[in-house]
Amino acid sequence: MTGSFFFYFFAAVTLTSALLVVLNRNAVYSAVLLVFCFFSLAVIFLLLEAYFLAILEILIYAGAIMVLFLFVIMLLSLGREKAQEHFRYLQRGLSLFLVIVFFLSVLIIFLSDSGILHQPHGTFTAGGVNALGEALFTKYLLPFEVASLLLLVALIGTVYLAKRKV
Amino acid sequence: MDIVTLIIICVKALVVFAAIMLTVMAMTLAERRISAFMQNRLGPNRVGPKGLLQPLADGIKFLMKEDVIPSGVDKPIFLLAPVMLIVPALMTFAIIPFGSELHLFGRAIQLQVADINIGVLYILALTSVGVYGIVLAGWSSNSKYPLLGGLRSSAQLISYELAMGLAIVSIILLAGSLRLNDIIIQQQGHFLSWNVFKQPLAFLIFVVAVYAETNRLPFDLTEAEQELVGGYHTEYSSIKFAMFYMAEYANMITASALTVTLFLGGWDIPLMNEAALGNLGVLLSVVSFVIKTALFLFIFIWVRWTFPRFRYDQLMRLGWKVMLPLALVNIFLTAGYLTLTV
Repeated sequence: MTGSFFFYFFAAVTLTSALLVVLNRNAVYSAVLLVFCFFSLAVIFLLLEAYFLAILEILIYAGAIMVLFLFVIMLLSLGREKAQEHFRYLQRGLSLFLVIVFFLSVLIIFLSDSGILHQPHGTFTAGGVNALGEALFTKYLLPFEVASLLLLVALIGTVYLAKRKV
Repeated sequence: MDIVTLIIICVKALVVFAAIMLTVMAMTLAERRISAFMQNRLGPNRVGPKGLLQPLADGIKFLMKEDVIPSGVDKPIFLLAPVMLIVPALMTFAIIPFGSELHLFGRAIQLQVADINIGVLYILALTSVGVYGIVLAGWSSNSKYPLLGGLRSSAQLISYELAMGLAIVSIILLAGSLRLNDIIIQQQGHFLSWNVFKQPLAFLIFVVAVYAETNRLPFDLTEAEQELVGGYHTEYSSIKFAMFYMAEYANMITASALTVTLFLGGWDIPLMNEAALGNLGVLLSVVSFVIKTALFLFIFIWVRWTFPRFRYDQLMRLGWKVMLPLALVNIFLTAGYLTLTV
């Protein structure tokens, strides 16, 4: 009973803040609202008993990535976003297309009833950190290493770009 | 969940909250008195016996002052920033165990608000969220000194978070668990089983990183008076300024309690079996936790009035070129030792 109340409350908060992120014209407000969105999403993970995922959501997205976003927004000191006329139609058309594709795929999953959505309660808890670590270092070792290589490339690129100006 | 469990949880949360707030009050006085004695002064000693009521007078003064909101600020975020700083500061303490298990009326009560099995990650998550308060306060003030303070602090906090997290990793390797209670149990027994002696390098890195994370001297570049007026809280006044102040001390208290838990055996008293003494042992364990935490709080003040401030480039060099590699080497050595012996 209380569980479903919390779910609907935080689902509403997530959706409202996500909507406001898009509709807001001030970049800093959007960033702060996105942080709220991540927090309420983390609470929904908690209700699913996926504690590790919930903490990671806050630690990585709210704690690290959004701080850097905010850092960049502040350094660029963007005020109210000026509508860019050139890309407007392309942007709108593309986003509409993506929304339709996403909506249709969700609809197909719902209608096909393949059992993907019917996970038993507490699916995400099993093993938690240990299971995830073991999977990363055995089954998914290659993707894991490739991802780290990708980050290294990005790092070197950043250093190169920064160094050239000095 | 029955109603008694719910009441117990609420009481524990209230007790911890009240204890932190009282300690914050005591710290504001202790900081001024101790700094005064270090500089051969007296410090505030007029309000109440030995100046003990000074924090109360300060609190009333903060409440009664006019709350000025400058006209150029971004109001919603300006009002939100102090809240976003103080909430994570208070929430972090929820998972720190401050005593062994209490047995009362046939119930076993864990002296800890929430016992979650990924406790260490919870702490890292909340410390990383604490940056928002400072950054947003700096930005929303719409003034150059707070903005500089906010930018400095976000760079500083992100840099030292890495070293802090990596220092904790070596502790997790030893304990084999992310639960703080397991980390305490792993340190029980002799003095030498404390993590300070097992992991001296991790302890050093962690303590230095904690000073940077709490914006205390020698790393208080976010509010360096000589360069930035007051840093991120320059434009704040009255109770909102007091909230920044309280958040700083609350962070120090949590950081000290965390250092004690991770490195000094938490509530554990060496060479003593608390469980055999019943509830007296529980009381002693709480006392031992409080004494250890108070020691670290004193060191915070001691360091502040002893060391000069770092320059910003020195701070960054220390964080990225010294602390981070050292922490990585420490993890490598610890993991190597564990694979060879266990």
